[in-house]
Amino acid sequence: MRLKFSALMLGAAMALVATAADARAVKWARAADALTLDPHGQNEGPTIAFNGQVYEALITRDNANKLVPALATSWKLVDPTTWEFKLRQNVKFHNGDAFTADDVVFSFQRALQPTSDYKGYLANTKEVVKVDDHTVQLKTNGPNPLVADNLTTVYIMSKKWAEANNATKPQDFKNKEENFAVRNANGTGPFVLVSREPDVKTVVKRNDAYWGRGEAPLEITELTLTTIKQDATRVAALLSGEVDVVQDVPVQDIERLKSSPNLRVTEGPENRSIFFGFDVGSKELASSDVKGKNPFADVRVRQAVNVAINRQAIQRVVMRGQSVPAGSIVGPFVNGYKKEYDNVGQPDVGKAKGLLAAAGYPNGFSVSLHCPNDRYLNDEAICQASVGMLGQIGIKLNLLSQSKSLHFPALQNLKSDFYLLGWGVPTYDSDYIFSYLYHTREGTRGGWNATRYSNPEADKLIQSLSNETDLPKRNATITQIWDKLLADQVYVAIHHQMLAHAMKNDINVPVRPDNIIFFKDVAFKKS
Amino acid sequence: MIAYTLRSLAQAVMVMLAVALLAFSMFRFVGDPVANMVGQEASLKERAELAERLGLNDPFPIQFANFVRDMTRGEFGMSYRQGRPVADLLRERVPATVELAFLSSLFALVFGIALGVYTAINRRGILANAVMSLSLVGVSLPTFLIGIGLIYLFAVELRWLPSFGRGDVVRLGWWSTGLLTETGRKSLIMPVLTLGFFQLTLIMRLVRAEMLEAMRTDYIKFARARGIPERSISFRHALRNTMIPVITIAGLQFGSVIAFAIVTETVFQWPGLGALFVQAVQFVDIPVMAAYLMFVALVFAVVNLAVDLLYFAVDPRLRGTTAAAK
Amino acid sequence: MRAPSPPRVTFGTRLWRAWDSDLAWSFRHSPVAILAAVTALILLLSAVVAPLIAPQNAFDAASLNLMEGFTRPGEPSAVTGRVFLLGTDDQGRDMLSAILYGSRVSLLVGFASVVFSIAIGVSLGLMAGYLGGRTDAFIMRIADIQLSFPAILIALLVFGVARGLIAPQYHEQAAIIVLIIAIGLSNWASYARTVRGSTLVEKNKEYVMSARVMGRSSLAIMGGHVLPNVIGPVLVIATINLALAIIAESTLSFLGVGVPPTQPSLGTLIRVGQQFLFSGEWWILFYPALDLVLLALSINLLGDWLRDALNPKLR
Repeated sequence: MRLKFSALMLGAAMALVATAADARAVKWARAADALTLDPHGQNEGPTIAFNGQVYEALITRDNANKLVPALATSWKLVDPTTWEFKLRQNVKFHNGDAFTADDVVFSFQRALQPTSDYKGYLANTKEVVKVDDHTVQLKTNGPNPLVADNLTTVYIMSKKWAEANNATKPQDFKNKEENFAVRNANGTGPFVLVSREPDVKTVVKRNDAYWGRGEAPLEITELTLTTIKQDATRVAALLSGEVDVVQDVPVQDIERLKSSPNLRVTEGPENRSIFFGFDVGSKELASSDVKGKNPFADVRVRQAVNVAINRQAIQRVVMRGQSVPAGSIVGPFVNGYKKEYDNVGQPDVGKAKGLLAAAGYPNGFSVSLHCPNDRYLNDEAICQASVGMLGQIGIKLNLLSQSKSLHFPALQNLKSDFYLLGWGVPTYDSDYIFSYLYHTREGTRGGWNATRYSNPEADKLIQSLSNETDLPKRNATITQIWDKLLADQVYVAIHHQMLAHAMKNDINVPVRPDNIIFFKDVAFKKS
Repeated sequence: MIAYTLRSLAQAVMVMLAVALLAFSMFRFVGDPVANMVGQEASLKERAELAERLGLNDPFPIQFANFVRDMTRGEFGMSYRQGRPVADLLRERVPATVELAFLSSLFALVFGIALGVYTAINRRGILANAVMSLSLVGVSLPTFLIGIGLIYLFAVELRWLPSFGRGDVVRLGWWSTGLLTETGRKSLIMPVLTLGFFQLTLIMRLVRAEMLEAMRTDYIKFARARGIPERSISFRHALRNTMIPVITIAGLQFGSVIAFAIVTETVFQWPGLGALFVQAVQFVDIPVMAAYLMFVALVFAVVNLAVDLLYFAVDPRLRGTTAAAK
Repeated sequence: MRAPSPPRVTFGTRLWRAWDSDLAWSFRHSPVAILAAVTALILLLSAVVAPLIAPQNAFDAASLNLMEGFTRPGEPSAVTGRVFLLGTDDQGRDMLSAILYGSRVSLLVGFASVVFSIAIGVSLGLMAGYLGGRTDAFIMRIADIQLSFPAILIALLVFGVARGLIAPQYHEQAAIIVLIIAIGLSNWASYARTVRGSTLVEKNKEYVMSARVMGRSSLAIMGGHVLPNVIGPVLVIATINLALAIIAESTLSFLGVGVPPTQPSLGTLIRVGQQFLFSGEWWILFYPALDLVLLALSINLLGDWLRDALNPKLR
């Protein structure tokens, strides 16, 4: 009742101020919830997508993937190792605090702390300096052309608020710590947090003092995020009108929803690849029946897996056509991608068995596969199908399927021998993939490299990317790195994801490759 | 009277303590509490400090005593999964489950008695036999199938009722109810039916069996011989005497209905204790599991106590034999 | 002079006596019981010989062809052209094989847990009745607690604890055993109660006291006299509990805490099928659900008949 009342009040106030169109509350459904409201706690899709309604970064991308100003109005290089950002004026946080350079300095430093999951975005930062109340400089170790691209998901918090509420350190998610920012939020964004019930319902209401009021339609008065894990229930809720927007449409229902007269379906490719990772570094695998050595340390075993996975079958049956079979974990949107990386042949059981035999495992072996069951499209089904496919070449998989909130910590705590993971690239550059997934685990890099892969040569080349301003040279280095890494087959890519959103007819939400819906841009169509 | 009450009370406390022991053992022996709270980078020294702070080096009885003391104060620890105090979680979810359990028990009681009486009186009728057969089918249907079927029919095909959740709820203090809003009431219909169905068949068969027994007793035969109309016999005499065991059993079942709600809540995404417990099992969130156990034990103990006292008030035979061992 | 020994009872005599007994008469004249027994027998036998009659080994992931997934019942697969009588599921599993193998798991867990319950319940009941006093009160109190907590709760608890105790790589193999223990632990009290009752009755009879004086062990006496009197009610409880155990297993699998998804029981198949029910692939849910309901129903009907047939008051 209290929610309806406040929505009513807001609606009335809006009717006086708003120009055209009706304004109303929107119910938004996803398969899984944001893991935390701490903007630097978990670098994960739904978490970023939700926090992006309440918090903002200095720079963001528009629907054409171009960088556009958000909290920074302009940015430029003042010298090869210094970027200067001019901050937007007259912006206030939800609690009334003014947004200044202090907050930017604080947020970046917070994102660089050991417990932050966003360190990778600021890798190579030497220091962040306040020049004046509305100017900030970011100094890097060596010239770095991509700083601006890396900042689109590093959200800005209020220093005063964080200090007052003991939230100056980011949440240590994998160790289940909690701080005030986990369930409370104070950002500059178009929506203000009203209430949060994890895994049930989170409500935000329109920020009437939002600085972007004029630019964005901001017609949604109240936004409720509901978590509906079961695919069928989620779709049923949309069909019956209980929710207005379903962001994760299960592939088996796309056709049915398209043929529904009151609904609209939008589709598009996602900037995300799904792949298997192996523990290549340990002496022995914890979950395998092979003692004394690690089968995955042998590249032939990994190649055998690569050749045995039937991507076409997965695309056709599991994904119902909604995927693009992949040969590497870099997707078409990302700088450094080459079409030939995705030349996957047909699966070849004979060849795979031969490779295994050559590596010394003619009878295969057994190992556990860690799989999330609520994060990627049909993740559990993909893993189940793989059990069959790898079973054919003699690798007996013990499937451990669990929620992402158990799966991700297991990876980050290096507890898995063989796992499924998906990776999106918000910076649209291969460096992001290298830094998080291939670089040796140390310092700000390798945070999600659960393979224990460590290649010092590759590391050096990867680090050089941050300082290379000559773009053609840089791209050549990227190709060099990919050639090395792909030969080592550290990961076995499965496919690049495709997305579909479904919504009521009067809403039009396009699919963005980063799978974020900016609800401030929703304008209700009058039919 | 007092001795009886005290004895019942003592038994209730014993039950609670036994369950507490079980819950505590879970804490101590399932998984490593220190590992659950600290990361892999923590040094041995940090682990030892934490173990000391948690009191893990005290002897078992002392740890158990501390555990019980914390429970009585309402401190159930922090949920491993959500990082929030378990007591908060419980408080949020209790209204949803209790409301559901209460309404479905009511539904099962009312319709169970009505149908039980009907099938007892019209023993050979076609409708009565059809109802009995249907009840058998109902017992053979798992709860979740009934739930799925109802959702498919009423939410997906007919679009009459919502397919998940509680709808809009009204907060009254720390309680929340769905009975005061239209979406709330609509959301209650299918879960109540699903949860109450099994109980309904149980009560119906019980009432039927008891009434048939009662109808054969001597005093009923004499009443018939005296010429009292059949209707009066059925309702005023036979029914009244079956009420006691029925209400007793229905009351005792209330505790288990709360736990039965686990499946219904999962199917309908009802934000109650049952759904919370299933999640806790999936995530091995021991504090939540332990707290849920204590809650159900509490309900069971309270209900048992109430029923014992009720029996005492109603059954005159008990009053005279307080001295004799029960 | 020695008393004449009783006439020898041959197997044939026993069979004749069984056929002619009241129980068998009641069975032969109850069409419902016959139908139920036949259905249950068919389902049971087909589950037992599943590996011999199933077109496909539903538990061997490597033998599945993913390309055959989602084939409609009776129609040829779009890719390989094979026809599946009841269609295939999302992994290419033949539904007929899936329900044969699935009911195998369900029946295995059902029977094993009932045997487990009987073992616990009968022993505890004997102990309670024979030893009396504090032991009796203690055991009966625990039985009361078990009766009030629904099987699902106890089973979930045991499962959660087991999961915490067993290392993740053994979860799959241990799953069935944990299930059997979990369901078995949640259903023993009714046996205990019944056996205790009978023990109390027999204990006070004179022949027991005199046998004890003569030196025969009480256990032998109990075995010789309590057990035969108690078999009837125990059997009735067992059939009803069998249906309950099967439903409990399917519920646990449905909740995702039962058998692993690569060896699906009927409950797991229903959970998977539910996702696709609303998208139009109804057969993935429908056939396992039908099998489950038929199984539970036929066992329940048998139990009902048995209870009525053995109930002296209704004769």
